[in-house]
Amino acid sequence: MARVQFTRHLNRFFPALGEEDVEASRVSELVQGLDRKYPGLAAYLIEDDGSLRKHVNIFVEEVLIRDRRGLSDALARDSKVFIVQALSGG
Amino acid sequence: MAAKKILIGSRKGLLTLEGGDGDWRFTRSAHLGNPVEYAVEDPRTGTQWAAIDHGHWGEKLHRSKDGGESWEEIALPKFPEGEKVFLAFAQGEEKTKAATLENVWVIEPGAADQRGRIYLGTNPGGLFVSDDGGESFELNRPLWDHPSRAQGMWFGGGRDTPGIHSVVIDPRDSSHLYVGISCAGVFESRDDGKSWRPMNKGLKAPFLPTPEAETGHDPHFVALCPAEPETLWQQNHVGVYISRDGAASWAEVSQEIGPVGFGFPVAVHAQRPETAWVVPGVSDEQRMAVGGSLCVCRTEDGGKSWTELREGLPQENAYDVVYRHALDIDGETLAFGSTTGNLYLSEDGGELWKCVGGNLPPIYSVRFA
Repeated sequence: MARVQFTRHLNRFFPALGEEDVEASRVSELVQGLDRKYPGLAAYLIEDDGSLRKHVNIFVEEVLIRDRRGLSDALARDSKVFIVQALSGG
Repeated sequence: MAAKKILIGSRKGLLTLEGGDGDWRFTRSAHLGNPVEYAVEDPRTGTQWAAIDHGHWGEKLHRSKDGGESWEEIALPKFPEGEKVFLAFAQGEEKTKAATLENVWVIEPGAADQRGRIYLGTNPGGLFVSDDGGESFELNRPLWDHPSRAQGMWFGGGRDTPGIHSVVIDPRDSSHLYVGISCAGVFESRDDGKSWRPMNKGLKAPFLPTPEAETGHDPHFVALCPAEPETLWQQNHVGVYISRDGAASWAEVSQEIGPVGFGFPVAVHAQRPETAWVVPGVSDEQRMAVGGSLCVCRTEDGGKSWTELREGLPQENAYDVVYRHALDIDGETLAFGSTTGNLYLSEDGGELWKCVGGNLPPIYSVRFA
């Protein structure tokens, strides 16, 4: 299970969102798993074509994911994931 | 006089102004802190709609069925997989990117006989249509598939991609409608969106290799006269145009000497097709109030002559620009909001203006309910 932490900015739209444990082997699966638990959450993180929104960052073990287009970055069983807004977005 | 209500989409939320007879008050605010790019109340149902740009988290659509008291987020439609945006003027090789919904530019409730019909005009140029009050939307394929789009004659104007900002329904026949696209031009359908044709004869596009091209024009906003729908007006990037033949041809009515030329919005009188208002700006390069003084220009003779209406508007050190959706009319009452957070209102056709809000956020849309 990957453990996911979020920027508190997302609590504005998903008040119940806390630290979440998600079964996923890739970041794309993790986003879909989160969306099943919090319907609509994926649309806040990714574009319609599945790529990461320009001003959203996802870190796995404190390293930015490499594949912003397909979110194919692998997750280990106990990966720590951090989802935040990028400062590039102002 | 019955009380009127105005929804104001601003950089920092949705504001509601109500009043009449010189007494206007802000009665409600919603979505505070979030940019509301467009807000409208559906006259058929009272449902309010707001397009919100959450920046980092993307574009969202919200709906209120209790007059703005509570809001629910509606899933935005998606472009079908594999759809592409053609990037401007890519000669030789085809430069494209995946079509994703970037922004909802206008929300237009359908006609009275089309219960449940809602139009969304979007970037990158998709017209989405709902017939169930917004529960689901479908991309209008015939417009999206119009050959002019793949020919590179739809492109960004102000934004990176083309966008639909005007959806105009003929009050005599709801299957007859127009859309305004920046940049592509005005398109008309007479069969409820099953087919479309460009209606840009008479417009000029000096930014194109062929200024009289059939498409590739930049209407900033398009409106018709409800009592005489053969008359349409548009504030174009290039100037102000009128059509008296249902958009079959357009005539420029900008001033050679005088401020009427560049601008974004246009409002048309509901009964008098020759009467319209614009809010001129300096030029497309500068985009400021002309000479640092703000004026609304009105014509009552189809653009042969214009009257500068300045009473009550700032006449020095004004930098107000009025966006395309930020001027509206209801009877003889006009209201407009500016990029510098001023909201002006006139109850006598623009003769006298009053600032009813002077420290507001930048204003994107002003719509009478």
